[in-house]
Amino acid sequence: MTALGFPEATGLARLRSIRVRVRPGIAISSVIVLLLLVALIDPGLLTTRSPTAIDLEHTLLPPSLSHPFGTDDAGRDLYTRVVYGARESLSIGLGATGLAMAIAVLLGFLGGLAGGIVDIVIARVLEVAFAFPVLLLALLLIAIYGPSLQTEIIAVGIGSAPGYARMVRGQVLAVRKAAFIEAATALGHRRAAVIGRHLFPNAMRPLVAMITLGIGQSIVWASALAFLGLGVAPPSPEWGALLDSGRLYITTSWWLEILPGAVIVLVALSVTSLGRALQHHLEGAAR
Amino acid sequence: MTAPAAATDENTENTGGGTPLLQVENLRVSFGDTEVVKGISFTARTGRCLAIVGESGSGKSVTARTLVGLTGPRSRVSADRIDLAGLDLTRQSERSWRAIRGREIGFILQDALVSLDQLRLVGDEIAEPLKLHGWGTRASRRERAVELLDSVGVPEPEVRVRQRPYELSGGLRQRALIASAIALDPRLVVADEPTTALDVTIQAQVLDLLAESKERGKSIILISHDLSVVARLADEVIVLRDGEVLEQGPAHQVLHQPRHAYTKALLDAIPSEHTRGTRLVRAAEGDPVVQRRRQPVDTGRPVLSALGLTQVFRGPDRVDRTVVDDVSFELLAGETLGIVGESGSGKTTTARIALALQAPTAGEVLLAGQSWSSLTPAARRARRKQIGVIYQDPLSSFDPRWPVGRIITDALRTGSKPPSSRAAARARAIRLLEQVGLGRQHLDAAPLRLSGGQRQRVAIARALAPGPEVIVCDEPVSALDVSIQAQVLDLLTDLQDELGVSYLFISHDLGVIHHMSDRILVMKDGRIVEQGDADDVFERPQDPYTQRLLTALPRLSQA
Repeated sequence: MTALGFPEATGLARLRSIRVRVRPGIAISSVIVLLLLVALIDPGLLTTRSPTAIDLEHTLLPPSLSHPFGTDDAGRDLYTRVVYGARESLSIGLGATGLAMAIAVLLGFLGGLAGGIVDIVIARVLEVAFAFPVLLLALLLIAIYGPSLQTEIIAVGIGSAPGYARMVRGQVLAVRKAAFIEAATALGHRRAAVIGRHLFPNAMRPLVAMITLGIGQSIVWASALAFLGLGVAPPSPEWGALLDSGRLYITTSWWLEILPGAVIVLVALSVTSLGRALQHHLEGAAR
Repeated sequence: MTAPAAATDENTENTGGGTPLLQVENLRVSFGDTEVVKGISFTARTGRCLAIVGESGSGKSVTARTLVGLTGPRSRVSADRIDLAGLDLTRQSERSWRAIRGREIGFILQDALVSLDQLRLVGDEIAEPLKLHGWGTRASRRERAVELLDSVGVPEPEVRVRQRPYELSGGLRQRALIASAIALDPRLVVADEPTTALDVTIQAQVLDLLAESKERGKSIILISHDLSVVARLADEVIVLRDGEVLEQGPAHQVLHQPRHAYTKALLDAIPSEHTRGTRLVRAAEGDPVVQRRRQPVDTGRPVLSALGLTQVFRGPDRVDRTVVDDVSFELLAGETLGIVGESGSGKTTTARIALALQAPTAGEVLLAGQSWSSLTPAARRARRKQIGVIYQDPLSSFDPRWPVGRIITDALRTGSKPPSSRAAARARAIRLLEQVGLGRQHLDAAPLRLSGGQRQRVAIARALAPGPEVIVCDEPVSALDVSIQAQVLDLLTDLQDELGVSYLFISHDLGVIHHMSDRILVMKDGRIVEQGDADDVFERPQDPYTQRLLTALPRLSQA
């Protein structure tokens, strides 16, 4: 509309403008993700007990001040187990998403840049792979290699890769036609420089948010696999495994199911809403 | 062109006109805390055209939308009076608006491609208002759609009604939209930039069409930024700026003896044959016309030569199309060679071949007398610094992540004298920004937050950074308001006088081309139909197509 006189945006002014726009949902999500990161780095900061300390005199206690999430059938403190389980659940989330992105970027860029027959083959393969539900593909891999943390990461990673790869390819195809790519070529930059400095970062930009969304999704899938007894097996405190072992006592000791379940939902929601906020922010900045 | 037959039978009442149809008093529109229309009043009369002119942000489109109740839920509209022949438009519900739109007031928008539903048949789109207002039967509506298309000069209307909007050319789509707006023969037609996206010959047809419905006693409210278009059609003109009326009066008076300085500046800023060799922007009102101090054109030294360029594209239907056909020209050192033509004439493809962004099917381009288009990409890269480019939409030609400073220093690095340090690069970027009328304060700005004119200045600075001999300007001012366009054109001529750079200047706008060019190529369907000295071509056009273009061009003197 009107020409803007440009006040230099200083670091401080920028900081203030960010703080003003923070909404309560985002604040709560940030706190939860922060706690999750602490649990990942050093669970000892959040609890003083051991996740495997058996106390047969205090089995199946309901939530109380000393045991905020209650205890399980072996008298282990459920809160402590949830805190320690974060490391496993989150490493599956991060590992699987990381693996998926690595495959996706490779295939997406190969297809999007090479074009021709290479692109056609990659696109068709991706479409077929995309037609498989992630869980089904993961089940297949676990059936072959047996349940373990690594298998679970690889299974969920490979399972979700086709979806990302399709998005990466689409982004590459869209961005490579952008006028600024042509402008960079017209200036006389090398093709590799144009790809590295303009195409890659701009194609990946909208995907940053997708990655965050994917982490929450992977945690849920990993839990689902563990719940089916196909992931990390008990006594590991992985969240899905907690749900699985609590299943037997659901009629008498509700907290064994409800509380770890609530944690999974909260974490997945928090990571997802942060991802969405990031997405809005980036898209707003893009144009 | 094809004179549309007056197909409407019912409305043959007196066409003398002049009786007030729509009266608006003290109209105010605001969005949130910002008032965008600040108390304007006007009267539209039967058989007359009222034009509302202004630049971006003047509030002209919002005013138009108010008249059809389409300002949106976030707007606040107030007026002492909006009266359409006894009907009070200030107090209408969304439901009653639907009964008014189409039947009482027809609304024509700028871009027919987005205004028409892409997935429906053109005939259904045109019959839609008829259906909404319960007119006739399905069969009779279809018949009426054909009649309407015929009446707006669409050839083969029986075929067109069965096509979808994307299958029609821009001109046909716009006429289909007009057909739909006048389907129920409304007494008032509000046209918001109805010809802005159109080629000049198509524009002439659409204006003829609107002029004809005016003859038949309709009242037209024309919203436009283009004063020559207004001159063609309007009886009365309102000049808006920032939501306020600056000047209001009979078209002839406003366009020829403007009272307000802003109107004068707007009129002065229009490039045409009268403005050649002068600056478009005057420092202050009443200043004498400033002549260019021109560097001589070096007629002995061609910097860019096109030799028999031909480009054939194979369409998805496997049919070959020749979009550029045996095009040859020479651009001399220090001159501006204008390429003018309508959409689809092959001018942008010619530009891309000249920039070696596309290999021609046949022919060759020489840069500074040496081979250019035939080089390998690696060999070409070293010489790219000799030729720069400015696009119509500068924003999309900038990496969205980069601030202005980085865009320019990046371009400096590809030049013949790349800066030795960050500080040196920064200093040269600042100098370039100052050369194009910006400054140090814009270094860290994101292009997104700059105005259209500022963005184009950044694009010019970037094109200059490597020190080119030739700059290809592809519709560089087409997206800008006339006053901003004038500033950018002045800047380009100043830079040419200062640096001796040559321009291959592409535009669909005949006025801009005439103002800027030393010599002109007229292109049609991929061929050069006429070329020569700018004044010769404009004053004594030889080719029938050039003659047609010039006749179709609306002129201020028509008011």
